Amino acid sequence: MATILGKESGLNLKETELCLGLPGGGGVGGGGGGGGGGGSSEVETPRATGKRGFSETVDLKLNLQSKEDLNENLKNVSKEKTLLKDPAKPPAKAQVVGWPPVRSYRKNMMAQKVSTEDVAEKTTSSTASGAFVKVSMDGAPYLRKVDLTMYKSYKDLSDALAKMFSSFTMGNYGAQGMIDFMNESKLMDLLNSSEYVPTYEDKDGDWMLVGDVPWEMFVESCKRLRIMKGSEAIGLAPRAMEKCKSRS
Amino acid sequence: MEGQAPSPLPDQVLENVLETVLHFLSSRRDRNAASLVCKSWYRAEALTRSELFIGNCYAVSPRRATARFPRVRSLTIKGKPRFADFDLMPLNWGAHFTPWAQALAQSYPSLRRLHLKRMSLTDRDLTLLSLSFPHFQDLLLTCCEAFTTTGLAAIAANCRLLRVLDLAECVVEVADEEVDWISSFPETQEETHLESLVFDCVECPVNFQALERLVARSPSLRKLRLNRYVSMSQLHRLMHRAPQLTHLGTGSFSASELDPEPDYASAFAASKSLVCLSGFREIWPDYLPAIYPACANLTSLNFSYADINAHQLKSVIRHCHKLQTFWVLDSISDEGLQAVAETCKDLRELRVFPVNTREEIEGPVSEVGFEAISRGCRKLQSILFFCQRMTNAAVVAMSNNCPDLVVFRLCIIGQYRPDPETLEPMDEGFGAIVMNCKKLTRLAVSGLLTDRAFGYIGTYGKLIRTLSVAFAGDTDLGLKYVLEGCPNLQKLEIRDSPFGDGALRSGLHHFYNMRFLWMSSCKLTRQACQEVARRLPHLVLEVINSEEGKADDIEILYMYRSLDRPRDDAPKVVTILH
Repeated sequence: MATILGKESGLNLKETELCLGLPGGGGVGGGGGGGGGGGSSEVETPRATGKRGFSETVDLKLNLQSKEDLNENLKNVSKEKTLLKDPAKPPAKAQVVGWPPVRSYRKNMMAQKVSTEDVAEKTTSSTASGAFVKVSMDGAPYLRKVDLTMYKSYKDLSDALAKMFSSFTMGNYGAQGMIDFMNESKLMDLLNSSEYVPTYEDKDGDWMLVGDVPWEMFVESCKRLRIMKGSEAIGLAPRAMEKCKSRS
Repeated sequence: MEGQAPSPLPDQVLENVLETVLHFLSSRRDRNAASLVCKSWYRAEALTRSELFIGNCYAVSPRRATARFPRVRSLTIKGKPRFADFDLMPLNWGAHFTPWAQALAQSYPSLRRLHLKRMSLTDRDLTLLSLSFPHFQDLLLTCCEAFTTTGLAAIAANCRLLRVLDLAECVVEVADEEVDWISSFPETQEETHLESLVFDCVECPVNFQALERLVARSPSLRKLRLNRYVSMSQLHRLMHRAPQLTHLGTGSFSASELDPEPDYASAFAASKSLVCLSGFREIWPDYLPAIYPACANLTSLNFSYADINAHQLKSVIRHCHKLQTFWVLDSISDEGLQAVAETCKDLRELRVFPVNTREEIEGPVSEVGFEAISRGCRKLQSILFFCQRMTNAAVVAMSNNCPDLVVFRLCIIGQYRPDPETLEPMDEGFGAIVMNCKKLTRLAVSGLLTDRAFGYIGTYGKLIRTLSVAFAGDTDLGLKYVLEGCPNLQKLEIRDSPFGDGALRSGLHHFYNMRFLWMSSCKLTRQACQEVARRLPHLVLEVINSEEGKADDIEILYMYRSLDRPRDDAPKVVTILH
């Protein structure tokens, strides 16, 4: 959730500036991306608990105020979603508040889907050209399917999974998106936390921590993905490290 | 004469007869007319009106409404104007249900049905409702907000005769501790009276075991719409518990852990009464074939949360010969629309929503699919169509092919877009619609439009009650044409259009006949609004500006008629002129 919240201030202020110059007076229509109109997929802030904590303190301000208020209002506007996804890439053109006239609820749902386009879920699942694997996350009521050939690295996969399962973060991984197996203490930290970690079932039927082998090898051997709490994955670590050491 | 009861006076006999007769009058328009005949008719009508419709919660105070109509059993109240759905209104603007809740609790002990739209109601309100009406049966909340699952739990626990609990597109906050509201339906009740349970908008998990038990003991259940926290296999179990369902919202329609998975198609085959399918919130297209057995009977199909492509749609739609209502995403593209046009000859209502709302993209649907629909679905009555490009020719074609159109809402997402083929404004297309579709009562326009388009609307749109305008028109004349030409206009919502004071004044003769006027980012000044407020004392003019009280230019004007004093619950950004 830290990764998602971090996007609030920078991205959305830009939105505001761009919006001011629109024709027709630029009042409400141009006022602010914070209104959650066309740009809602970019500016909606996910809320962990869905509480309207700020609405009482903000005291009824319109979504056009100073940048400060805008930030506060951004949090209020997204009150309907408890599972908002990471914002999609910023649009080339500024979005107008409330245009096109699509309800926020629907826009949010579509924003999730647009951002998972990378995941090729829309295509018919022909296994001929892709490497489709089921992805499940502990606690989520449904599975997903991803085509591993759509990604070039663990980072790509991690981003896509983050979008699909919002409470999943891979933030604790190193820059390459791979667990540093040589750093035992760091690894242990992760596995002791309640953070989610991705695991996979390989060709041998063993469950491994994702990231233990080079990416290409992973794509070939991964049969199924499962995202579980770090504390549950702890049993996998020693074996993962063994395999890793034996391969390098 | 002593010891003998006096015979009723002739007047009283007449009143009794009148009351008896009026009981049969159900249309509110007829009742309104009847109430104007004379005082005794007014009284009789007021005593016999059991269904009360209030189109604007601020048009009349709760006290006045309950005083005039003492025997109401069914109440509908609408709050915020539609543009509030698109974040154009400040938070906490109003439409609070609390004062109504209190008045109703006092005055209507026999209340059975309550339908609220775009109102703000709290858990306290819901709790009060659940405890105040022993005969309460139906609660319908559309686009409402400010309550949590705690309020729902109160309804579930206390309304023993509950028949309908429909939450449509509401914003249900998550309470501090997630309340397991489904479990609040008393388990001691052997059978519930539930006929309809709709909670697809509730964004938190439900206790599935409790839900399953509830469904199992609800033999009258016909409508069930699940939220996306219900998986495919859970859906399967519920369908087996309730094969008598007529309306089903499928929840996520996405796989769960089970291996092997149950035979979903058999569940759909067993539900022989299904006529309406919706849901598909996290659809896994592999599972689409499961619904094939149900398609032949479907009259309503809502795929508007399922981004399926043309190929996937075709596999389903080719079975749906009886379809009358179809909501879908533009991901099906023109090809998908053509497939709909080929099969769904009985189609009455079509809504095509955009997956991607950005303006600079090439959309997947266009005039090609639009025209195909018009050729294939001649009985079309209502259309809502989002697209990135549209031609006048296609719109004209629809006006000719679908003369039964009552609702025509076309939204070309790019602002000020002309006809891409001719580079002309979209005036002629919309002109043809108002000219040829003689039953039209609701119209939403878009694309590049000049005053000419509004001239057409004013000349031909004689039955139009609702008009939606955005980024359109050249001068005050445009709005003038409409206000002077459309005698049935009741709801007018305009944004980002160059209409100013002169145009506003041209509607003075008509404003009392309207439910509301919304104008945002137009060219109105405070002076003109003040003038209107002075000349029409029963109008409430709400001016909403981001900088309180300073500017002369009006950002938002929301204007409506009211029988009572202006409201006192407005936030600071709202200035009420009167």
